[in-house]
Amino acid sequence: MSTEYWRWPESRWTSPEIDGKAGRMITAGLDVGSVSSQAVVMIDGALFCYSSLRTGSNSPESAQRAMEYALTGTGLILTDIHYVVGTGYGRVNIPFAQRALTEIACHARGANFMYGPTVRTILDMGGQDCKAIRCDAKGKVTNFLMNDKCAAGTGRGMEVFADLLSVPIEDMGRLSFEVDTEPPPVSSTCVVFAKSEAVGLLRKGWPKERVLAAYSSAMAHRVVELLERIQVEQDFAITGGIAKNEGVVKRIEAELKIKALEPKYDAQIAGALGGALFAKALVEKERGLR
Amino acid sequence: MNVAGVDCGAKSAKVLILGDEKVLARVAVLSGFDPKAAAAQALDEALKQAGLSRGDLSHVTATGTGKNEVVFATSEITEVGADARAVIVLFPAARTVIDIGAEEGRAIRISPEGKVIDFAINEKCAAGAGTFTETMARTLEVAVEDMGPLSLKSQNAVPMNAQCAVFAESEVVSLIHAKHSKEDIARAVHDAMADRIASMARKIGIDKSIVLVGGMAKNVGFVNSLQRNLKEEILIPENPEYSCALGAALTAAERAKGA
Repeated sequence: MSTEYWRWPESRWTSPEIDGKAGRMITAGLDVGSVSSQAVVMIDGALFCYSSLRTGSNSPESAQRAMEYALTGTGLILTDIHYVVGTGYGRVNIPFAQRALTEIACHARGANFMYGPTVRTILDMGGQDCKAIRCDAKGKVTNFLMNDKCAAGTGRGMEVFADLLSVPIEDMGRLSFEVDTEPPPVSSTCVVFAKSEAVGLLRKGWPKERVLAAYSSAMAHRVVELLERIQVEQDFAITGGIAKNEGVVKRIEAELKIKALEPKYDAQIAGALGGALFAKALVEKERGLR
Repeated sequence: MNVAGVDCGAKSAKVLILGDEKVLARVAVLSGFDPKAAAAQALDEALKQAGLSRGDLSHVTATGTGKNEVVFATSEITEVGADARAVIVLFPAARTVIDIGAEEGRAIRISPEGKVIDFAINEKCAAGAGTFTETMARTLEVAVEDMGPLSLKSQNAVPMNAQCAVFAESEVVSLIHAKHSKEDIARAVHDAMADRIASMARKIGIDKSIVLVGGMAKNVGFVNSLQRNLKEEILIPENPEYSCALGAALTAAERAKGA
């Protein structure tokens, strides 16, 4: 079987500082996206563990797998968790979630925790959509714009290019800077047309790093247009899988002339993290603590 | 008097030669990555078919995305203009022209004299062009020319949610996994595309008669879906993929007379 360059690595993390058994309130958020799924577990309001893996064809199964993967080796099991909030494209299909909330609300809430209360604009670049979200100091959404109709400016577009150029997806950002001068951006918006344009450029003798640079800046330009429509208020942060692609992130920053905040954790877990935070608030409400 | 029309499109270059208002030759050559060479090759093959040489042509008019690449052309005409020019000759009752090529879709409203009243173009998104069907055919592992006949055998209408060709590809894979038949999926692909084309045409207002040209007019499945969507009969000329080249050739003849 041929190499699948788009296959990004699955991952998990456990906090070395928290004792899972000593927690009084254990909550979780599950973000079942169209391409990736994340599970985040929080103990008494602190991040305890998380996982990130590829969504399969079956949402409930992917949710189950993400949760089990996050809890691996922690000594906790699913029934130890007091409240689970589901979010993302597959949120209505999570059998063990008590509540489903939109990913817009969860991303803003998660970004508020991850980047601090100064965040006012969040760009979430997901696998099959892209959202520009404005929020207040509490992480409450005040406005948002979204593109979920077109692959341009989404992780899927980048995956198509990973396969076309035979570059592992996690190397794409770094490689896109290995050019002498920045080429003009790919002119097609549509990923299908951009792909044929790129094939033409390769035929003309462009090295793949240069083609990658041209696509990365086209992608950055595309999402900057979305951001300009909603107007960026600082601080600014990027979440989602593309937040890990420095080739796109740095080009967005250059075009906006605004630096994005550095994430404290994996930027891809923002949605699930927001879910876990909402779950905590819901438990507190139930217990009469709020 | 002999003239030629050259339609240098995204996927192929088409040449049509008219001799005293009669079609003498029609040739298409895949453009690949060298549209200039493809246009020249198509012209030379068409001249050979017609038994003519380049010197016998009084005027050559170029159209299509790559019209600037046609170095031997005497003049140019827009694709919209060429479509209108050809269709009013082919079907004098035509008032709406829909032209779906490989990478572009157009809807044009024309007057009884064949003048362009209004038009809409999609050149930005593969979902409204022939590339869409081609991509889906590849995913279904079906030859693109079989997509039409296959979809006519469909028993069930399966809805497709994705608009983007990239997302639709994943959706087709999911539909295959969900055990939908290739026939039903092929129809879903054409229905989805017809829906987008129809909404583009509705933006400029649809008048009868409706004429469909361009490569997609050869796909009977798509024609069926569009007909069902518009609830109107759709007229299709013979050799619909040459209508832009014909429009250019008719323009060339007119300009040669005027000169």
